Amino acid sequence: MNTRFFVPRDTTALALGSDEVAVALGAELASRSLAGDVVRNGSRGAFWLEPLLEVEQAGQRLAFGPVAAADLPGVLDALQGVPGEHPLCLGPVDEIPWLASQQRLTFARAGQDDPLSLDAYRRQEGFRGLERALELGPQGIVDEVTASGLRGRGGAAFPAGIKWQTVLDTPAEQKYIVCNADEGDSGTFADRLLMEADPYQLIEGMIIAGLAVEATQGFIYLRSEYPAALGVLNAAIAGAEAAGYLGDDIGGSGRAFHLEVRVGAGAYICGEETSLLDSLEGKRGMVRTKPPLPAIRGLFGQPTVVNNVLTLAAVSTVLARGSQYYHDFGSGRSRGTLTVQLAGNIRRGGLVEIPFGATLRELLEDFGGGTFSGRPMRAIQVGGPLGAYLPEPQWDTPVDYEAFAAIGAMLGHGGVVVFDDTVDMGAQARFAMEFCAAESCGKCTPCRIGSTRGLEVIDRIIAREAPAQNRALLNDLCDTMESASLCAMGGLTPNPVRSALAHFAEDFG
Amino acid sequence: MQSDQVLAELLDRYRDTPGGLLPLLHAIQDRLGHIPPDSVPAIATALNLSRAEVHGVISFYHDFHSDPRGRHRIQICRAEACQAMGSRLLEAHAKAALGIDFGETTVDGAVTLEPVYCLGNCACSPSVRIDERVHARVSTDRFDALVAGLRGGGAGK
Ligand SMILES: Cc1cc2nc3c(=O)[nH]c(=O)nc-3n(C[C@H](O)[C@H](O)[C@H](O)COP(=O)(O)O)c2cc1C
Ligand code: SF4
Ligand code: FES
Repeated sequence: MNTRFFVPRDTTALALGSDEVAVALGAELASRSLAGDVVRNGSRGAFWLEPLLEVEQAGQRLAFGPVAAADLPGVLDALQGVPGEHPLCLGPVDEIPWLASQQRLTFARAGQDDPLSLDAYRRQEGFRGLERALELGPQGIVDEVTASGLRGRGGAAFPAGIKWQTVLDTPAEQKYIVCNADEGDSGTFADRLLMEADPYQLIEGMIIAGLAVEATQGFIYLRSEYPAALGVLNAAIAGAEAAGYLGDDIGGSGRAFHLEVRVGAGAYICGEETSLLDSLEGKRGMVRTKPPLPAIRGLFGQPTVVNNVLTLAAVSTVLARGSQYYHDFGSGRSRGTLTVQLAGNIRRGGLVEIPFGATLRELLEDFGGGTFSGRPMRAIQVGGPLGAYLPEPQWDTPVDYEAFAAIGAMLGHGGVVVFDDTVDMGAQARFAMEFCAAESCGKCTPCRIGSTRGLEVIDRIIAREAPAQNRALLNDLCDTMESASLCAMGGLTPNPVRSALAHFAEDFG
Repeated sequence: MQSDQVLAELLDRYRDTPGGLLPLLHAIQDRLGHIPPDSVPAIATALNLSRAEVHGVISFYHDFHSDPRGRHRIQICRAEACQAMGSRLLEAHAKAALGIDFGETTVDGAVTLEPVYCLGNCACSPSVRIDERVHARVSTDRFDALVAGLRGGGAGK
């Protein structure tokens, strides 16, 4: 077998020049008359090593990274001799400590092969969950998902099985499965990575969801900021249709499931599930009052499962390996694995999937390796733009839903954004209000007007105009936003603002 | 093809698509570069909506715009992970270097500058998207080189 070279086609790898590496590699192999196949894989999520070149020879995969086109002649020379002596050689890819110390369930396949190869997917347990689902039938599938303890990965951590049971129990002519791929939180890229590296896992999870609640149509609502993911998803859906996994007769079972990608249009609020449904219906993305729950009256008024990308993907594992296997990972009410994304000013940024239980500090130090700038860390924002800024004394908190809630923080979709000591926390608090004002759907006053007022008041505090009065005013404003907003956009924007003021008061004039 | 013909073809394609307004608007903008205001009545008729509803949707979403844009779109990420890596500086540099603010187009028609809130490249910030491609760890020098490349090539979309 020819030597196989792997050069990722993931957004971040491409953004760091992986296309140039792939082109140069092809040319270099040709000029040396060497036989070799260049595979465009997804990324393993070790973004600090991208572009990560892997070379498979005699059953072993050696990694080199980060590689630039200009490094290739040297790497190819080294492969003829002692590869380990090349300065960019990282050894066998499975033994890179940053990857080897993770516990990958959902991201086990990511980066291993061409994301569009159905053969590669099937070789690695692909569609085994679907086979089992077809045997179990609707209630059997829902029971498995409930027993696994799987909770939604989009932010609210609601038990997936309970949601599915509601949809299954609500009779209707047409039901829908909607995948929330809006991933708007800064510092998050897990959904994107999964869709680009292992799209069939998401597709399989959605088919299983359809079988479970008797829905025959699915939509993936994908944000427009992810053009590479769009290309991969559309190609994967076409591949799954051609192979008979999607369509009117899934794997010869007589059951139907159709799937389509719909692209958002640059609105953060459309990640909120009811706003997302309005957007899918072709309307402005306005948040709906609940009840009715989407599980009862969702898309086009029909019972609808709305789940995050990672939730639906995890269902494939739950079904393939059994609910007990999934449940055995984790602690307390946080079952399965934890996916975090190390982002911002971080030396070794990327996707980390581990069992629940590690502290934030362990993640930042053991995986993150400190800041990119080399300066001391000062503030960490966890859980996206609505998440609190955490000061150093809070970094010993275990990273799970309950422990974070206990300190007034939230895990959300697992984004961890690191700031060094040059950060101006006044500017960060100001941005939180500015973002809310820009992205509010406009339905309720506390959010729409409150955020604009909040911005003005923070400006006055920073300018030292009547600071005591303006702080009191800001506090009242935050109280109103928290208690009287219809959704978490207005309701949680006070989180970053208040935590910045409480823990970094010296930055406010 | 005339823009009338393009519009007619796209209206035909999405007329019967449930929730088809967003895909239709994306398709119009992809083909024509923007959503011409005088296309709104035809869109409304085809999808059985009021003009106000169509206008309301166009104005709600940051992606859609009614005015013609430059040959290239440059989006600078303004969200937190990029802020932590100096995006505020990059944003100021980009505006000064291009001589325009967000939402504006350079006089030569080459570039429209837009803000964006996260491109999913937050482990290698600051991030910039130019047309369909994302760029990582964009310093001010790298930004200038990317813009020079656009103007030098000049081919456009
Ligand atoms: C302002 C706001 C933005 C949200 N953005 C997202 C998002 O981008 N992706 C996501 O999966 N969930 C997002 N959510 C949560 C969804 O409303 C919903 O809880 C989730 O899609 C349900 O799926 P899950 O149970 O699998 O997590 C957001 C919620 C709010 C209030
Ligand atoms: S809180 Fe803000 S985003 Fe949520 S419904 Fe009210 S106005 Fe809309
Ligand atoms: S915050 Fe800029 S790419 Fe995510």
